[in-house]
Amino acid sequence: MEFYRAHVLVCGGTGCTSSGSTDIIDKFNDELQKHGLQNEIMVVRTGCFGLCEVGPIVIVYPEGAFYSRVEIGDVPEIVSEHLVKGRIVTRLLYHDSITEEETIKSLDEVGFYKKQMRLALRNCGVIDPENIDEYIAFDGYKALGKALTEMTPDQVIDTIKESGLRGRGGAGFPAGLKWEFTRNAVGDKKYVCCNADEGDPGAFMDRSILEGDPHSVLEAMTIAGYAVGADQGYIYVRAEYPIAVKRLTIAIAQARQYGLLGKNIFDSGFNFDIELRLGAGAFVCGEETALMASIEGRRGEPRPRPPFPAVKGVFSKPTLLNNVETYANIPQIILNGPEWFRTIGTEKSKGTKVFALGGKINNTGLVEVPMGTTLREIIYEIGGGIPGGKEFKAAQTGGPSGGCIPAQHLDTPIDYDSLTQIGSMMGSGGLIVMDEDNCMVDIARFFLDFTVDESCGKCPPCRIGTRRMLELLDKIVSGKGEEGDIEKLELLAKNIKASALCGLGQTAPNPVLSTIRYFRDEYEAHIKEKRCPAGVCQALLRYIIVAELCKGCGLCAKHCPVEAISGERRKPYTIDTDKCIKCGLCMEKCPFNAIIKK
Amino acid sequence: MATSVLANDSQKFAELQKVIAQYKEQEGALMPILHRAQEIYGYLPLDVQNYIAEELGIPLTDIYGVATFYSQFTLKPKGKYTIGICMGTACYVKGAQKVLDKLQEVLNIGVGDTTDDGKFTLDATRCLGACGLAPVMMINDQVYGRLSPDDIEGIISKYKDE
Repeated sequence: MEFYRAHVLVCGGTGCTSSGSTDIIDKFNDELQKHGLQNEIMVVRTGCFGLCEVGPIVIVYPEGAFYSRVEIGDVPEIVSEHLVKGRIVTRLLYHDSITEEETIKSLDEVGFYKKQMRLALRNCGVIDPENIDEYIAFDGYKALGKALTEMTPDQVIDTIKESGLRGRGGAGFPAGLKWEFTRNAVGDKKYVCCNADEGDPGAFMDRSILEGDPHSVLEAMTIAGYAVGADQGYIYVRAEYPIAVKRLTIAIAQARQYGLLGKNIFDSGFNFDIELRLGAGAFVCGEETALMASIEGRRGEPRPRPPFPAVKGVFSKPTLLNNVETYANIPQIILNGPEWFRTIGTEKSKGTKVFALGGKINNTGLVEVPMGTTLREIIYEIGGGIPGGKEFKAAQTGGPSGGCIPAQHLDTPIDYDSLTQIGSMMGSGGLIVMDEDNCMVDIARFFLDFTVDESCGKCPPCRIGTRRMLELLDKIVSGKGEEGDIEKLELLAKNIKASALCGLGQTAPNPVLSTIRYFRDEYEAHIKEKRCPAGVCQALLRYIIVAELCKGCGLCAKHCPVEAISGERRKPYTIDTDKCIKCGLCMEKCPFNAIIKK
Repeated sequence: MATSVLANDSQKFAELQKVIAQYKEQEGALMPILHRAQEIYGYLPLDVQNYIAEELGIPLTDIYGVATFYSQFTLKPKGKYTIGICMGTACYVKGAQKVLDKLQEVLNIGVGDTTDDGKFTLDATRCLGACGLAPVMMINDQVYGRLSPDDIEGIISKYKDE
């Protein structure tokens, strides 16, 4: 390998690519060429660094200078100042990456990274995901070698069982048990599948792993194939993730070329190959039986279980199905042993969990923390709190299957069981923060709207029941709610949970139930007082002129399209709420901010 | 079977035949073939579905069932520019609805519709996974992040003039 005196790492995840990191890489290469440095300094496109909020991110080693929100125009300066003259461009450094004495902190000292523990994301933002040699240099495929040459399939399964690893896709089923069931199933042909159909809105953990470290998933699936006795794998990935698809395609080709996929891997006589299958935009395909139907080329409709996929899966053969993050943990468990993994996390949830932080939070991005970390640590210490000094209202986990966690539970250590207990769920790891400006009834309606749209239509409780719930919520947010509507929602929710066919339907009422549980007063305000406390639901808003602030200029009355505003010059004006159409023009025009909506 | 859409463009038809030949023997070939067919034609005309049905020996009803089940397959031609506004949770709590309202106003079409001049199609998409840039929209492959309703007119006019 050639020696370079410096490395320029540029984030090539979806977030940073969207804000122009590809052009930045090209520009770096151009500028280095201009200075004749192309053989001394290497530019690497890595996976996600996690701190999407300040992207595009560029980190220059050996100093570890963390440049944030880099624009193409900044590149010549970084090259001529930093890389040529050795003077770091302090103006572009991420504010939290320098100490008071203006020296550079190591990444572990930066607030965003300090409390994190990156296992599944270990290579994201470190290696070039399109280069198998870099993965191998970081112990890549070593676990596969160990499994194939030193361990029996039963030993591999025992290792996973002992580690306590639970499925990271949502329900948290012990991974080792699934492997054992599939191994014990009778069949001449078996499959190993990877669920990369990350459909929860606001979740992008799996995408970042596939984009930043695709080989870790390929390696783990091959280990799984050896353990359960399969020779064929499928990765079912969303078509909405073009970068992930591209990197997986490259990774599979490279692994085949190196003999790490294909026939007689590591001279062990074991054969295994992996194919990609693209989804086509159906949320329900994240459900395991629907996913398998889709791989077979059919409508992605779930079917009742049992039989479970371990017995009857893809093409009716025994199939092991885990999600991306679960697989990403496997190689390290094999290498470091189950005891090591068990030291991380809580009693019943071992290891780490990756969360996608989004919504009303300063450090939007991807974080990985040991199980048992509290929400407060994630939101305030890693996430940097809520922008604009607003007050925290709730955190939504588990997407359309999960629930909202209110402020009183901020100190709950997060694991599978504690989240279920407080009425939410781990889900795949989306974590959306909401502040005082978000209406919880509106959020519940948003999720129901999603499930109604994504319901496959096979079973009536989901197809009809969720629609009835959505109608009730529509009624409430438009100011037509009646006494008894909350109880109707609760009854419908209970029945849908009990009778829907698949996980999508059974969990669809959760966002409604959890918001009723913690924010019943907001529902009641909408229904009884026809008022939206957060000021979101348009139909319930009233525009009011604050008499003390109004100077009587008459500008509002002049612009009101329906002549709902009247008054005398130099005296406070008033709005006739019966005539008002709530267009908001008066509020926009008022020079004294004397008009408020509530 | 020479029907209109297929006969109109022999080059596209040849590509379609190639794709079918490539996947035909594979288990679960239908989804990859539909993806590629849509790349070739821009949508999935009934003639194309019919041809795939004959070649694969699958009933047309099954193919139509799959094509209409998944939201990424479309039976209608799309505009030159497809605008996908992300309606994922992170974008929604940061005001994606207001951006969508503005888009509908500026383009004067509803979600799922195409403008009369065939230039723009407006879609409300599922989470694009660029939550760090919320609210986000895509125009074909170009991503626009950290949007406010005030940005919309400027962005759209760039494409109108092209």
